[in-house]
Amino acid sequence: MTLLAEKPNPTTTSTPSVVRGGMLDPHQLWKSLPDAVRKLDPRTLWRNPVMFIVEVGAVFTTVLSITDPSTLAWTITVWLWLTVVFANLAEAVAEGRGKAQAAALRAVKQDTMAQILDGGLVPAAQLKQGDLVVVVAGEIIPGDGDVVEGIASVDESAITGESASVIRESGGDRSAVTGGTKVLSDRIVVKITQKPGESFVDRMIALVEGANRQKTPNEIALNILLAALTIIFLLSVVTLQPLAIFSKAWQAAAPDTQAINGHGVTGIVLVSLIVCLIPTTIGALLSAIGIAGMDRLVQRNVLAMSGRAVEAAGDVNTLLLDKTGTITLGNRQAAEFVPVNGVSDRELADAAQLSSLADETPEGRSIVVLAKNEFGLREREPGLMADATFVPFTAQTRMSGVDIGDRQIRKGAAAAVLKWARSDSDEVAEIVDGISASGGTPLVVAENDRVLGVIHLKDVVKEGMRARFDEMRKMGIRTVMITGDNPRTAKAIADEAGVDDFLAEATPEDKLAYIRKEQEGGRLVAMTGDGTNDAPALAQADVGVAMNTGTSAAKEAGNMVDLDSDPTKLIEIVEIGKQLLITRGALTTFSITNDIAKYFAIIPAMFAGVYPGLDTLNVMRLHSPGSAILSAVIFNALVIVALIPLALRGVRYRPSSASALLRRNLWIYGLGGVIAPFLGIKLIDLLVQFIPGI
Amino acid sequence: MVGWLFVISLVLALVAVYRPFGDYMYRAINPKRNLRGEQLIYRLVGVDPKAQQTWGVYARSVLAFSAVSILFLYLFLRVQNKLWLALGVPQMNTHVSWNTAVSFVTNTNWQAYAGESALGHLVQMAGLAVQNFVSAGVGIAVAVALIRGFAGRKTETLGNFWVDLTRITLRVLLPICVAATLIFMIAGMVQNLSGGTDVTTLTGATQHITGGPVASQEAIKELGTNGGGFYNVNSAHPFENPTTWTNWLQIFLIFLIPFSLPRVFGRMVGQNRQGYAIVAVMAVLAIASIALTVGFEVHGGGTVPQAVGSAMEGKETRFGIPDSATFAAATTLTSTGAVNSFHDSYTPFGGMMPIVNMMLGEVAPGGVGSGLYGLLILATITVFVAGLMVGRTPEYLGKKIGAREMKLASLYFLVTPALVLIGAAAAFATGNNSTALNTGPHGLSEVLYAFTSAANNNGSAFGGITVNTPWWDTALGLAMLLGRFLPLVLVLALAGSLARQKPTPESEGTLPTHQPLFVGMVVGVTVVLVALTFLPALALGPIAEGLS
Repeated sequence: MTLLAEKPNPTTTSTPSVVRGGMLDPHQLWKSLPDAVRKLDPRTLWRNPVMFIVEVGAVFTTVLSITDPSTLAWTITVWLWLTVVFANLAEAVAEGRGKAQAAALRAVKQDTMAQILDGGLVPAAQLKQGDLVVVVAGEIIPGDGDVVEGIASVDESAITGESASVIRESGGDRSAVTGGTKVLSDRIVVKITQKPGESFVDRMIALVEGANRQKTPNEIALNILLAALTIIFLLSVVTLQPLAIFSKAWQAAAPDTQAINGHGVTGIVLVSLIVCLIPTTIGALLSAIGIAGMDRLVQRNVLAMSGRAVEAAGDVNTLLLDKTGTITLGNRQAAEFVPVNGVSDRELADAAQLSSLADETPEGRSIVVLAKNEFGLREREPGLMADATFVPFTAQTRMSGVDIGDRQIRKGAAAAVLKWARSDSDEVAEIVDGISASGGTPLVVAENDRVLGVIHLKDVVKEGMRARFDEMRKMGIRTVMITGDNPRTAKAIADEAGVDDFLAEATPEDKLAYIRKEQEGGRLVAMTGDGTNDAPALAQADVGVAMNTGTSAAKEAGNMVDLDSDPTKLIEIVEIGKQLLITRGALTTFSITNDIAKYFAIIPAMFAGVYPGLDTLNVMRLHSPGSAILSAVIFNALVIVALIPLALRGVRYRPSSASALLRRNLWIYGLGGVIAPFLGIKLIDLLVQFIPGI
Repeated sequence: MVGWLFVISLVLALVAVYRPFGDYMYRAINPKRNLRGEQLIYRLVGVDPKAQQTWGVYARSVLAFSAVSILFLYLFLRVQNKLWLALGVPQMNTHVSWNTAVSFVTNTNWQAYAGESALGHLVQMAGLAVQNFVSAGVGIAVAVALIRGFAGRKTETLGNFWVDLTRITLRVLLPICVAATLIFMIAGMVQNLSGGTDVTTLTGATQHITGGPVASQEAIKELGTNGGGFYNVNSAHPFENPTTWTNWLQIFLIFLIPFSLPRVFGRMVGQNRQGYAIVAVMAVLAIASIALTVGFEVHGGGTVPQAVGSAMEGKETRFGIPDSATFAAATTLTSTGAVNSFHDSYTPFGGMMPIVNMMLGEVAPGGVGSGLYGLLILATITVFVAGLMVGRTPEYLGKKIGAREMKLASLYFLVTPALVLIGAAAAFATGNNSTALNTGPHGLSEVLYAFTSAANNNGSAFGGITVNTPWWDTALGLAMLLGRFLPLVLVLALAGSLARQKPTPESEGTLPTHQPLFVGMVVGVTVVLVALTFLPALALGPIAEGLS
């Protein structure tokens, strides 16, 4: 899409793909710097307790550096400030991407005037719910609503990025229009359904900007853990002072060092120790991870109405997938002509083709195509057949066909056609049953009162779906196919596609009941939907993804909207939800395990002056107490910058079982968290030891 | 060699009783019908045994029961000199009485007095021993309530405190104590109401041989992980711990309930493997700790130990080093606090191990009940971090660990370290550390040990500090009180919030909490969190001493 970053290639969405994220442009870091500095304001920073403590510490060391200046004091002070700036930078970069998208969206919100039906012109912003407005070709639709009269082709590229126009008409499931889109032809009357200032575009802007971003439940829980760790380390360092004074007094003969003197550990070093121990890495990146998670969805043209929904997506136990369009290709296709009563297959194909000439449904087209491919029957133009009268399909007759002279040809549901032909053939019944059992749809073809045979319509399962469902199973997610087919047909397709369960002859009520039943068992359910009758189920589901082509009721009920209207995307949404949580967990583990190395740097540096034996713990053989502490502080700050790309992109995620995921992430981020700082601190120490006075 | 046999036989014995005794406790806590004696008690105290309590009511019951216990014990100690069997001991002063009352009600059994000279037999039996039983019962009851929180399904209630306490005391604690008392008497422990006998020794001097109901006190002292000795020197006294095999039996009793409670957990949540995972965490930590303590003592540095070949100072020759070190580890891995040797005299690192054991939060296996709930809290914190790494809202046994659960678990985790660190710092800041015999790192260890022991409700002492001053009695009393009841209320609140949830069914995407990987992770979290919290303080105490 043109506005919301790059649009994924629609053909790839149905094949198994690994969740990817946008890359970080180094230029963005630089551009976000002013924002990062602005975020130093303690009134905004206090929301992030970990970084707020760092800022308080930085203020404190600044004061100490002014009253008692030294190279070490100033260098540490600068790096403490940088730590806060780097944390703000992570958030600013994450937000920056959204801001660019929001700016593009704002351009859509021009000051349009709305033509009220039977009334005058009013500015779009003054429209109320229920107002009827007229929009003609070339005009911008002034607000979200439903078409109540007329039909028009609409250019929705401003919202979806899709350049092909779409048809919007009154009634049915294609009545919803979005404010800011453009009518290309004809005239429609739109009933406004939005409240002023709460249009879809308004919500999109708010979402991508993160304007009213609220902490999600899991983010709150993690913040509590981080706050608790922060308090523990604060306590552990603050209460150290009386012990240090006591120790120093006992070893009065030991010379003062940069770290400890008669008044105990110096303020600079105490603050450094606190900052190094509290979980700054995850504290700095936590909000960036959340914003980037939403952003990854936006890049896939999915709008999540809340971060809560994204998290819930990671927890989903059951996926309800519509058969058509998600599991199978859009429509059934004719696969075989099965003649009966000694009719030749060519005769059957000919009759079937004639009856389908006026049938514009994909099934009808596929019959014509099959007849052409199998028997070389040329397509006849309906208009060229003078005496032909086409009989359209109705829900009552459940068949369609053509009358040519005294030839009456009908095709349709077996029962209906057999009844019409007043025929009761066991042979036909057998074939019909066989096709049904195999998951196909039988269409019986009859001419006058003679049954000619059966057309086998087949659902074609999309390529790669079975592998995808196997992955889901590995992740512990059950896939359930929803279909209007009868149970036998449904079962056959379910088996072929490899889903875990199916819901046949599903009515909207059945869907809702199924969701309730799953939730009763403690499971979280995700589904997609587009029709108004899907709305209750969308609202009930924990993750309800509404298709953008759907009705406003559906979009209102769901907690996500897919602008591409691709139901397969549900699977990707689940993966993004999981990736978001994994990134948080991995960086938390990394952050905590980092502390081990920092202790080995700082404790000997602080106390080896008092108890020389403690220098044994200086396993990295750091240059001096000053260089050791400075190196730990610098490492602590730089690791934030180093991990910003990971926070924005999310850790690599491949669908696999929980045990496998845990083992992998524990090795990388747990063990990595132990080892990395030993190397990093040592490297930095090799450099900073050349600074005079350290 | 004999030392290893001692440890290995203990491990084997505990492995052997895990299932049968765990199942026995499970049935005792969840019986089919009430015993007649229990019905009598319920009628006497006016409790409907079928009534269920919400977490709030359960917590209020625990607190009310404990408050009354503290008050009663305090008054008992204050007037003991006027009661029977007082043996002419004087009235106990206010601050020692407060400290002692709190100490026994909180299952700490820190003793700021010397048993043989400060207490009569009546207060020992009717005051302290009663609290030894019921404070153990309270701990187990709260652990059971937490298990019910995990096992519960959309319920507001956690059982009935009065019923749990009665069943645990009558069905679990009493029978074992009767048996253990008889065995201890056979081993030569005294069990009488005598005030003591003066005898003339071979050298012609007069010696006072004490008497008292020692064997019966001893049984519950170990079984209930209480640790309050009848005599001042506790299990180092020949009447309290006559020989090697009574030493073995005492350690076995200390470990018996805490190591078997995970079985009750597994049974009650309907997955025995979850119990095995928890007991595996406890066992890994305990065995490592015992091995390190014994190792440090046997191969310990220092001039004298090097010269004589082992660190015998402060240890009884009838036990020797491995049995003493094992006892030291056992008593601090649990919340017992009984001692058969003097931790103050251990090698620096050997002496650090009991401190570290307590700092772990006494979870390996910990006090009766308190060890299990402490470890379940650590497992919950582990589940939170590990659960995120598998890409789901973390859940433990199907219960989601959300903001509320995390808040309660984090607060629980904060309480004891805060009490230890603030207490120790306050002692130094106010100069009260000066009552310690030693200065330098060893003196620091003595102060750190005292607060670690009190806040974790252990009750053992490094020794070396005169603690019966008003400041120490008050400060340690507060540490014991807050260290017991704040976590306990938080545990019950957590249980309440877990019980309310509808469990999420297990799937391939669920973090498995019964596999070695998770066991290792809980061990790691426990060790790393403690190391990170206390390392600076330890660096100035035992580590500085050991590395000098």
